[in-house]
Amino acid sequence: MTTERPKVIEVKHLVKKFGNFVANDNLTFDVKQGEIFGFLGANGAGKTTAIKILCGLQSPTSGEIKVAGFDVYRQTNLIKRNIGYMSQKFSLYEDLSVSQNFEFYGGIYGLSRKQIKERTSYFLEKLELTNEANKILKEIPLGWKQKLAFSVAILHHPKIVFLDEPTGGVDPVTRRQFWEMIYEAANEGITIFVTTHYMDEAEYCERVSIMVDGRIEALDTPAMLKQQYGASSMNEVFLRLARAQSAEQ
Amino acid sequence: MKTILYILQKEFRQIFREKAMLVIILVIPMVQLLILSFTATFEIKNTNISILDHDHSVESRNLINKFSGSPFFTISSFYDSYDKGVEALKSGKTHQLLIIQPHFEKDLQRDGKGKVMIITDAINGSAASIMSAYAHSILFDFNKQILIEHYPNLSLSDPIQITVSNWYNPRLNYITYMVPGILVLLVTIIGMFLSGMNVVKEKELGTIEQINVTPIKKYQFIIGKLLPFWIIAMFEFSFGLFLARFVFGVPMLGSLALQLGTVSVYLVVVLSFGLFVSTITETMQQAMFISWFFMVIFILMSGLFTPVESMPDWAQTVNKLNPISYFIQINRMIMLKGSVFSDFTRQFYSLVVYAVLMLSLSVWRYRKVA
Repeated sequence: MTTERPKVIEVKHLVKKFGNFVANDNLTFDVKQGEIFGFLGANGAGKTTAIKILCGLQSPTSGEIKVAGFDVYRQTNLIKRNIGYMSQKFSLYEDLSVSQNFEFYGGIYGLSRKQIKERTSYFLEKLELTNEANKILKEIPLGWKQKLAFSVAILHHPKIVFLDEPTGGVDPVTRRQFWEMIYEAANEGITIFVTTHYMDEAEYCERVSIMVDGRIEALDTPAMLKQQYGASSMNEVFLRLARAQSAEQ
Repeated sequence: MKTILYILQKEFRQIFREKAMLVIILVIPMVQLLILSFTATFEIKNTNISILDHDHSVESRNLINKFSGSPFFTISSFYDSYDKGVEALKSGKTHQLLIIQPHFEKDLQRDGKGKVMIITDAINGSAASIMSAYAHSILFDFNKQILIEHYPNLSLSDPIQITVSNWYNPRLNYITYMVPGILVLLVTIIGMFLSGMNVVKEKELGTIEQINVTPIKKYQFIIGKLLPFWIIAMFEFSFGLFLARFVFGVPMLGSLALQLGTVSVYLVVVLSFGLFVSTITETMQQAMFISWFFMVIFILMSGLFTPVESMPDWAQTVNKLNPISYFIQINRMIMLKGSVFSDFTRQFYSLVVYAVLMLSLSVWRYRKVA
């Protein structure tokens, strides 16, 4: 079922070194259009570095990497046009209102005034935040802010959206709603590249890769991974891989 | 272009959202201008002088009257012992001591030579030399008067007649001299700190990361960051000029357009300097300290308080890198001398080179950070 969709992220032998430290050790994987790709790993496994490279924020030491069909060495600006990004740390402007944040990001992605208006009211209605449009972000609870940040990240209809631990510190109900938004976006054809520490969220992904110490140790659908490791949940799969690692050390 | 407009809109919204910041930006510099201009003066209008008169004669009283009659001196006390006079000097109750020796009058009449001594508190060297000079001129007058009284037949006309005329600031008014300089200082401080804090603030909050994944181009970002503060600083400078003209009565002999034209280039230097600082720092605290480091050196070497010409050679060479020094010269020349462009082409082109250099440096550094 996944074979016919085109690849939107192609990574071959990605290596990123910081001095002697190897943050990404020979990563090779593909992500297909409209896929929800879970990018798992313990803290410090090298996930954020890989995401930054895919977003054009850092350049790799070596490897062949294409994002949305563009080369990460030479075409970072074209990549940036076609992706959305939501960082670990909340990074919208807290001193601007909800609609001003939408307007600013819509504007710099080159949407027209009309498009900005339409997209803004679309998202505000969906989030049931229409009445809060003129509130400044400082006054809005974290769960809503995370949903807003996601909306801003896909405001310009990117091909791919990168979510770096988008649900950290968010309550279970809001997490559920957040994942509903992710599914909706995926249905619209937006590819979702997401990192998380919540293993129940890993179950929602179409395919999952698990990074340990800079390398990808496992990559498959959650069902296949559970079968392969004889585990009943993704949590078990993750712990097995992470424990194997600490036993080695 | 549209992108830049969106950045500008966002920046202005953020600036105007913070009311406290608006006050800091607009009110404080004007208050500083008003206070500094009235107080930053080297004129010594009032010297406290104490008298030790060991003679108590008519001539000694005449001399004392000369001092008490001068607008520059206030006689603070009379002492009868040298020790008490020194004590007053030590405690700062008096700045100068005039000591009239015993038999002053008798010596004067018998030998044609009387002795007085002046002791000046010289902790502040330049103030001391001014106070001494004032005392000298009073004694000089007194001398002349004695000569006329005692030798009425002596011809006292000097062979060379000197006419001194002070151009460009005929009354040697300190306010006229200081205001154009202080005004430059204030827009510099505001401009450098605002632009210096701005980008680093986005770094601290993490918002810059979101900006960096957007297709904003470096030049668009830099322009979007510089232009709002450029506009604010231009406004501030113009308002300061207005105060200079109508509150301080500083003459404005040169062309206003020329002045605004040169300040617009100067502000690019200042703002991109601040921006550069914020690209090499990670926190607002670091940016603050680095900005202050340069500001203090630039200000003290700017020629605002002390003439650049009297600095040692190495300092004058270093000063070629001091943008404040160039612009204080230009600003004073335009306002007080009515200079035209050809009078300060060297300074102006130095500023242009500086602006291009700092701007490229900050664009380049920002690229590396992103």
